[in-house]
Amino acid sequence: MIFYSDKYSTRHHFKALSSDFKALLLLTIVFGLTGCGNNESNVSSGNKTGTLYWGNGTEPQSLDPQIATGVPEHHIISALMEGLVLKDRKTLEPRPGVAESWDITKNGTVYTFKLRDSARWSNGDKHIAQDYVWSWWRALQPALGNLYAYMLFPIKNAQQYYEGDITDFSEVGVKAIDDQTLQVTLNYPTPYFLQLLDHYSLFPVHQATIEKFGTADQRGTRWTYEGNLVSNGPFQLVDWKINRRIVVQSNPYYWDANNVSLKEIVFIPIENIVTEERMFRAGQLHVTSSLPADKISTYREANDPELKVAPYLGTYYYRLNVRKPQFQDPRVRRALAMSVDRQRLVDNITRGGQIPAYAMTPPGTMGYYPKSDLKFDPKGARRLLAEAGYPNGEGFPATEILYNTNEGHRKIAVALQEMWKKNLNVDIRLLNQEWKVYLNSESAGEYEISRAGWIGDYVDPNNFLDLFLCGGGNNRTGWCNEEYDRLILDVAPSKSSHKERLEVFQQAETMLLNEMPIIPIYTYTTVQLVDSSVKNFDANIMNAASYKDIYLQVNQE
Amino acid sequence: MYRFAISRLLQAIPVLLMVITVTFFLVHSAPGGPFSADKAVPPEVIKALEEQYNLNQPVWQQYLSYLGDVIQGDFGPSFKYPGRTVNELITAGLPITAELAFYAMLVALGVGITAGVGASMRPNTMQDYLPMTGAMIGICMPSFLLGPLLVLIFGIHLDWLPVSGWGDIPGDKILPSITLGTGYAAYIARLSRGGMLEVLSQDYIRTARAKGLSERLIIVKHALRGGLIPVVAFLGPAFAGLLAGSFVVETIFQIPGLGRFYVQAAFNRDYTLILGMTIFLSTLIILFNLLSDILAIWLNPKLRQEIRGTN
Repeated sequence: MIFYSDKYSTRHHFKALSSDFKALLLLTIVFGLTGCGNNESNVSSGNKTGTLYWGNGTEPQSLDPQIATGVPEHHIISALMEGLVLKDRKTLEPRPGVAESWDITKNGTVYTFKLRDSARWSNGDKHIAQDYVWSWWRALQPALGNLYAYMLFPIKNAQQYYEGDITDFSEVGVKAIDDQTLQVTLNYPTPYFLQLLDHYSLFPVHQATIEKFGTADQRGTRWTYEGNLVSNGPFQLVDWKINRRIVVQSNPYYWDANNVSLKEIVFIPIENIVTEERMFRAGQLHVTSSLPADKISTYREANDPELKVAPYLGTYYYRLNVRKPQFQDPRVRRALAMSVDRQRLVDNITRGGQIPAYAMTPPGTMGYYPKSDLKFDPKGARRLLAEAGYPNGEGFPATEILYNTNEGHRKIAVALQEMWKKNLNVDIRLLNQEWKVYLNSESAGEYEISRAGWIGDYVDPNNFLDLFLCGGGNNRTGWCNEEYDRLILDVAPSKSSHKERLEVFQQAETMLLNEMPIIPIYTYTTVQLVDSSVKNFDANIMNAASYKDIYLQVNQE
Repeated sequence: MYRFAISRLLQAIPVLLMVITVTFFLVHSAPGGPFSADKAVPPEVIKALEEQYNLNQPVWQQYLSYLGDVIQGDFGPSFKYPGRTVNELITAGLPITAELAFYAMLVALGVGITAGVGASMRPNTMQDYLPMTGAMIGICMPSFLLGPLLVLIFGIHLDWLPVSGWGDIPGDKILPSITLGTGYAAYIARLSRGGMLEVLSQDYIRTARAKGLSERLIIVKHALRGGLIPVVAFLGPAFAGLLAGSFVVETIFQIPGLGRFYVQAAFNRDYTLILGMTIFLSTLIILFNLLSDILAIWLNPKLRQEIRGTN
């Protein structure tokens, strides 16, 4: 009996196995057949249909403009939505958006926007001034968890409302005079206010849609999903597949729809930049979000026109924890900053065309070119260090560079470690921590030197210099100077001319550089690959593409 | 047999409970919370968010309410992706990862068994050495090396196959399946060679040979069944490993599966997503181990006898 069942199951088992083999064989054949077909690449098919394939970094957290924070989110949202004012794709100067014109009072605090009569939401609803009042009210609800609420703080009483000191929203400086007129009152003249209107936290959202899927200040309702989202920009959302793609198509109700050339944009979230580069080479992407540092030189040497390198409004710097005994003396901090050979670092280590930075604010920010007496001066650095009590680096306390685990940051830290050893004879160790742990250590002040980077939210020196206000959430160095705070908070806003304002910023910047709670290292660049068929793509310092202007055209050869 | 299966399933409950408890307290004690970010987050926002996700309650209370939800099959909302639930993210990624694991398994079994059985038929000859050296290389070669290598050769230089994607372009499933399956194929080759060699030295095989059966018949009808038992025992853990370990391959080939979420969740301190994925994958591992044990018993009369004896 047992023997019989044994025999039976042997045969049975063999059958099962052989069917596996058959399946495998079949699979191989099917794969083989379909694989060898001559597939048209995304780029060449997209060029025919007007579809742009865009490498977009990571899966977006959210498409709610008052919740989202990252660059990938920014790209998608700026295709879907539009503010009162747009930025010129080259110069970033304000251009009319939903508002066709605006008036600013002489004292610079009251803005009156005239909205376009033709402004519509993507469902055809009329887009009116009241939409902004409601959207900005929503943006200031603490329960929503809007990390960019502070972008609205130049508006009169916005901060007080957000922090609960005022409960009546009608006291906040935003009024709809009629359907097409919006009046905004500011606390003080804010030359960069028009720019802020092009930041997604000030974009309008569609009230009826949001309220259909939850309450106004509820996080994470389904209003931003495909089929639900109603937006006011050149494109509308048609498909969102998690980790796969987000597809937007041109919005027929957009006021400038006739001038939008692209029919469709496919945003593909690709976390691995090496994969992204391979996809570009295989013609699956028109534009990449980045390029691995070790591939830049290959593209450079080949003189590849697809390689685009452009300055980016951001500074890579090191924080010095001035609460630590060795960093209480500004001379020590200066000495460290003076012994960094930035040119050698960007030429040999980062190799992405980065610009050595000798001040916190990137040069050319709204016509501001910070003057700095900081330079690579190992001799002077040694002298300062000796004056501070560490001749030839003797007796310098144990010091670590803290950085978040990342190969690029490690290489830079190693280079600086070596420069400080060579130029100052101080031994500095490296400490890497996983991202969230690093953030935790940094904000708790548990570090000596830490890696940092700041990308501007708007083009104005204020955005870089107000980081280092006493007790500011992004300061994290423990440095505090009341005179500096006064310059940034009181003096600069009171200046009526742009030139005078910049002079105040220069004063503050000089103060920062003399005290040196931070070591500026380089100004970021955007390095990406862009197919030659993509036209009107202008790399600007905000890395903000103007999707409504882009068109695809194959070069005639 | 039923009794065996049921008792094993019952044993799984305390194991899962352990997994949930340890993971829960581990992720909650990791430094840095889900809402910390590069840019300073205002205290009002942190407070509002913690309230919304019940993170302001004592940890043990959070634990109990989480446990209550899990029993009802609800893994809660993701912290990192507001508006997405963990169930939704798992549902989106699972079919893709499962399909990838299935094809990788087919590659592993097809290549592995063929090579292993072939090698065992002529031990210590070239027919043995070549595939076994290949297998050793396959075991040692990490997928983050093999994947890009295959892409470079077949995707970019020869331009035969797509370099990335899953189900978007015909043929894009081939390279990921091979990349993921190779390591397992190599392992299966070694296991099946070992198993076969042992069986081929048994008396009943000698009897079969003495009866004058053809070698092919001996291998296929008599030896395979016993020889592949080690492979079967390996299948359960292997399949679970394929599901849980597909992260690297998913990243290289831009596949929207589960693995990417799992690793990202840990980096983001997305508590609910980490927990949900861990619980889900542990359940799968337990289930697949059970299945492979049942299969092994069904194939091996000796084990069957033992079970019967003990029950």
